[in-house]
Amino acid sequence: MKFVDEFRAPELIAKAGEEIRRLADPARHYRIMEVCGGHTHAIYRFGLKDLLPENVELIHGPGCPVCVLPMGRIDDGLSLAAEPNFIFAAFGDMMRVPGTHGSPLEYKARGMDVRIVYSPADSLKLARNNPEKHVMFFAIGFETTAPSTALTLVRAKAEGLKNFSVFCNHVTIIPAIRAILDSPDMRLDGFVGPGHVSTVIGCRPYDWIAQDEGKPVVVSGFEPLDILQSIVMLLRQMRNGEAKVENQYKRVVPWEGNRAALRAMGEVFELRPYFEWRGLGFISQSALKIRASYAQWDSEQRFSVPGVRVTDPKAAQCGEVLKGVLKPAQCKLFGRECTPEQPVGALMVSSEGSCAAYYNYEHRKPIEIANAMGR
Amino acid sequence: MCLAIPGRIVEMDGQSAHLAVVDVMGVRRRVDLALLQEDAPVPGDWVLIHVGFAMSKISETDAIDQMQTLTMLGETQAAMEEVRGYGLEDVGKDQSGRRLKQ
Repeated sequence: MKFVDEFRAPELIAKAGEEIRRLADPARHYRIMEVCGGHTHAIYRFGLKDLLPENVELIHGPGCPVCVLPMGRIDDGLSLAAEPNFIFAAFGDMMRVPGTHGSPLEYKARGMDVRIVYSPADSLKLARNNPEKHVMFFAIGFETTAPSTALTLVRAKAEGLKNFSVFCNHVTIIPAIRAILDSPDMRLDGFVGPGHVSTVIGCRPYDWIAQDEGKPVVVSGFEPLDILQSIVMLLRQMRNGEAKVENQYKRVVPWEGNRAALRAMGEVFELRPYFEWRGLGFISQSALKIRASYAQWDSEQRFSVPGVRVTDPKAAQCGEVLKGVLKPAQCKLFGRECTPEQPVGALMVSSEGSCAAYYNYEHRKPIEIANAMGR
Repeated sequence: MCLAIPGRIVEMDGQSAHLAVVDVMGVRRRVDLALLQEDAPVPGDWVLIHVGFAMSKISETDAIDQMQTLTMLGETQAAMEEVRGYGLEDVGKDQSGRRLKQ
């Protein structure tokens, strides 16, 4: 396989790799977290770790929405959908995520009306097409998807659609980063900032990480060269003793974010006092709740939700992997009981989960790249 | 879900001001433009789409780059499945989006 040919600019890739080695002080060990699951996927898929010197370590962050959703929320959502004349609608990513008594797909096999939608707007269409049923959209995601859910709710209200609600699990990235930085067993030197979340929130919300915590942040694109350039920019800041927020993904991310998207979120959502994250525990003001003015379209305000709390399967060490304390393969279940085909933990379900990414790609070493670089 | 899919705006939807027909590698679907109202795109413009909503305007070069990134990530099939599914369209009957054009 000519892996190196897949890269658009192999000479630039090699150059970035050289620059990283030049900038990294051999006497230091750098721990850089890529916050976004999309970056984790790209890093494994492109074998980027093999281009880095040993003392530049990438730690995988919490930015995979299905991975951080605690099992109790899935159980809660599915228990509501057990009512007659109920349609449970969710993105395809959710379908294989295990709840205590099975995934949404397994519930579907047992006769529950479970539908995949590719846009929240389509769950609205589902409600219009099925006036005799109640359609619940099980919403997940960070700030990338929350504005779309918000606009969908605005339209449901404008239309006065009565048979539609949203079970909201939207989370926000900044409090999760704060929780990770506050965690005593975590030492990080800098962050590769999320690309698409930043399209919405812009770059300012990361200011405190640079100013108060003294750690550089570089918002990054998803191509191999983007990620390597972002690492170069981080190392350059560290070498100069600087800590600031930089935007490597200027071609897509405006510094101020997307104001229309932020307005839509502000109209519909408010912050929850706290929310449970898988592996990270309860984090204050880390998730979005539907405002009282939209109560009629909020599954949690409209129906009685059991509020289940489920501890993860004991043997699975999703929490430690999520926090970056353990590498995926160090989990006792990895590759044995827990595989992408039969996932026990959510990190194995999504292609953006670090376990699935590690499982799918880690053995596929891009030898050609190493050769091309004369290593 | 977190895929960012590049598409080119073909025409505005006659009925809903916030919708446009977008072409993604030959598949045409309606996509919501309401989140780009401050810098509204016009037919011919390229956008990045998340879960049926256009989130950013991009250049043609960036759109081609993004499609190649999706290909390299092995996500093209998932992206096209997502686009074909927009609007609860029947995937099996409509591989090219022709039905929408008629």
